[in-house]
Amino acid sequence: MSNFTSAISIAQNVASGAQSAASVVEEHLQRISQREEEVHAFNLVTSAEARERAADLDARIARGENVGPLAGVPIALKDNMCTRGVPTTCSSKILEGWKPPYNATVVDKLFAAGAVFVGKTNLDEFAMGSSTENSAFGPTRNPLDTSRVPGGSSGGSAAAVAAGFAAVSLGSDTGGSIRQPAALCGVVGVKPTYGLVSRYGLVAFASSLDQIGPFSHSVADAALLTEIIAGHDPMDSTSIPKPAPSLVSVLGRGVEGMRIGRVADLPEGADADVLARLDAAFIALEKAGATIVDVKLPSLSYALTAYYLIAPAEASSNLARYDGVRYGNRVAANDMNTMYADTRAAGFGDEVKRRIMLGTYALSAGYYDAYYGKALKVRRLISDDFAAAYVNADVILTPTSPTVAFPFGAKTDDPLTMYLCDIFTIPTNLAGHPAMSVPFGTGQANMPVGVQILAPTLGEEAMFKVAAVLESAA
Amino acid sequence: MIDNGLPEGWELVVGLEVHVELATKTKLFSGSPNRFGDEPNTNIDPVTLGLPGALPVLNQHAVELAMRIGLALNCTVKPSTFHRKNYFYPDLSKAYQITQYDEPLNVDGFLMLPGGVRIGVERAHMEEDTGKSTHFGGAGGRIHGSEYSLIDFNRAGVPLVEIVSHPDVRTAEQARQYVNELRAILVAVGASDAKMEEGSMRCDANVSVRKYGAELGTRCEIKNVNSVRSLGKAIEYEARRQIDVLETGGTIRQETRHWDETDGRTHTLRAKVDANDYRYFLEPDLVMLAPDAEWVERVRAALPVLPAARRTNLAALTGAEEDSEAIAVVVERGQDTYIEEVKNSGGDPGRALVWVQQSFAEEGNAPRLPAKDLAALTVLERDGKLTATQAKTVLGDMLEAGGGDPTAIAATKGFEALDTSVIEGFVDEGIAAQPDAWAKYCAGEEKAMGALVGTIMKLSKGKADGKVVTAILQHRRGN
Repeated sequence: MSNFTSAISIAQNVASGAQSAASVVEEHLQRISQREEEVHAFNLVTSAEARERAADLDARIARGENVGPLAGVPIALKDNMCTRGVPTTCSSKILEGWKPPYNATVVDKLFAAGAVFVGKTNLDEFAMGSSTENSAFGPTRNPLDTSRVPGGSSGGSAAAVAAGFAAVSLGSDTGGSIRQPAALCGVVGVKPTYGLVSRYGLVAFASSLDQIGPFSHSVADAALLTEIIAGHDPMDSTSIPKPAPSLVSVLGRGVEGMRIGRVADLPEGADADVLARLDAAFIALEKAGATIVDVKLPSLSYALTAYYLIAPAEASSNLARYDGVRYGNRVAANDMNTMYADTRAAGFGDEVKRRIMLGTYALSAGYYDAYYGKALKVRRLISDDFAAAYVNADVILTPTSPTVAFPFGAKTDDPLTMYLCDIFTIPTNLAGHPAMSVPFGTGQANMPVGVQILAPTLGEEAMFKVAAVLESAA
Repeated sequence: MIDNGLPEGWELVVGLEVHVELATKTKLFSGSPNRFGDEPNTNIDPVTLGLPGALPVLNQHAVELAMRIGLALNCTVKPSTFHRKNYFYPDLSKAYQITQYDEPLNVDGFLMLPGGVRIGVERAHMEEDTGKSTHFGGAGGRIHGSEYSLIDFNRAGVPLVEIVSHPDVRTAEQARQYVNELRAILVAVGASDAKMEEGSMRCDANVSVRKYGAELGTRCEIKNVNSVRSLGKAIEYEARRQIDVLETGGTIRQETRHWDETDGRTHTLRAKVDANDYRYFLEPDLVMLAPDAEWVERVRAALPVLPAARRTNLAALTGAEEDSEAIAVVVERGQDTYIEEVKNSGGDPGRALVWVQQSFAEEGNAPRLPAKDLAALTVLERDGKLTATQAKTVLGDMLEAGGGDPTAIAATKGFEALDTSVIEGFVDEGIAAQPDAWAKYCAGEEKAMGALVGTIMKLSKGKADGKVVTAILQHRRGN
């Protein structure tokens, strides 16, 4: 646990009048002014709006109003979530200056819960990357060691919480983009079940995999945030038509009698220091009354390959709309095709171009069956493997990231080594299951290690019970 | 072998793809109004404009209308999916069109042409329309060479159903019949106003020719056909063009051709080899559309009686030929139930059919004239109390006043039926007044009869029944 006040405590203090929302905001803005230049967690800090919002909340609280469960809680949003009238860039030059005319559903929900938005956080361009080095506006640095990456793609959101710039933040997770930076920055990160949180207003990377989730210092804060942002949204056809689960209430219940899966055929590649912390986690859970069971996930070794066909394929279609015609940057030219080509050549960074090309190729006539079609089959096999594993286990534990936070430039020369950062996180996205990363001690260079808890569809309750026990044992 | 108007031995093979805009209040995937003719770019929203983060939500009413179309075309409604058809064009806001691809909502139906020919319907699937581009300063309104282009996104996201026929059409006339019949069905089930002039119904034709008994020939897709009349002309032109090519030793290239109304020809738009690779894949922002059996049966049960059955019923009621112009026109206007009312009011349905066809073009499916009034008029006529000419005059007054007692109106006009012996007298006078015309008519010149009838009618002050006059003249000539 960090030294920073939890979101739950802040909300209690502000709601009871023990502390003003204004002073909470000032505290966080001050930390931002002290370290943001060094960390670069944000694409935009919305100080004026945050102060105005805090004053409004204080006034309403003074009138005796209940302003919601996140009263005065400073929160940062990954800059791929639409905020009305506030620039939303996806850390891409192609969207620079674009202001959405509407809010993402999660933004409306947080606002209704009394949260205070302090800024839009940096990311790998269009959420494509694992280190936030792919941002068009420069990388974010890990607040725990600024010579190292914060992970990605939600590196800015992870760093903002780790540095105390915001009590909590939201990220998006397509293949590990919440959990991996959470692990690398020593915070809690949750990817809920696909469909639990509305994607309306989340700028799409890979629609069948994208899911919004929270970063926080504590498991309880993560549970509260998940409860608040979850629930059916008629604006998102893939949203699960069920009410939000109750998660904070399950946190004290322990893991007595629970079956914790250990993957017997875990793909290789994790560092020894990371695996040592995973072993320690199993011991802690056993001590708390859980049973450790071996499970097999034979298709897991194909997950990365399948993911790097499915996600780029969807991305190639999702990002085709950035053509310079209606919004965003346009490079003028004398004919339509040149305008398209020049606009997209100038607007997108290398990694985005690489994935658009990969995805276009995978969907092309004559290649579809061999690539995209086969990847969809692997996706089904992975789901089947998980279904079989969850007959014997309530949750499964794996490392979140194969390594602790790495230095800048360590993996930028070879995209494949960067892609391997997501080897343990990707399978969950393919299956649509929930998973979260909980800090569990440190590894090399005293950098934090995260343990990943995987659960079946809508298994958030079990997942959070285990997370709470690991948190207290860490 | 049917007469297709082509040189001896050649068979015409046509398949039709018809797009119709559904008559929903809102768009297929968003709440913006689906309305034709509004100020450009007023019926828009984040989904229509394809703004980042916007997501489609399927319009349930559009699904219901699509099912009505499918069921009216004898299709099976099946669990279906949506795909993305990817291509770049400025009026395609997302750079992909959401459309049903390998799992359409309606499959395996058919449409019976009025003459009894059965045209298979392969599928009727749902998709969204694109925006509308207008190019300025270039030649022929094309984007190439234009100075600038404007885009109206009001049409983007408007729900469409594409109805794809099997290549069962064998003549241009059958193609016209198919589109007319389809339009009648679409209007009858309330799915679309199906106006080709306004673009709410668009028709592409896949045309090929072959020698009877040979394998299917290479087809060309004809676009930009903006009326049923043009459809027939375009198919006839294209068939002759293909035969010319083949008979002079050439081969047909599979391509898309553009019908040019002004020169009456088709022109190459793009060859098959230049076709886009649309990279179809399952639309991940939508879930499967699988209407349950209960919903399908509810839609089926609520379908109105379709035009073909209504024509049969009306023909039986009136004694007219089922494929006659009168039956077709009256059913298309939806006035067949009115004729039923006339009959139920004691009227003569056969005479009612004639009057409704001739005089009710502006009346729509709920004529203002009470059915009992028209019934009374047809009784007077049937009983010989009014001639057809007199009845027409009385009907004119009744329509103008929105009703009235035909006996009273006839009385005020001094109309009374003339005895045949009185008419014979007028005929004598008429022949005496027009000896030349009578001589010509007797010599076999049928046209001369007009002048005679006209004169006789005038002499009778319009009270003679024209049919009786004609019969007397024919009798006197000796035929």
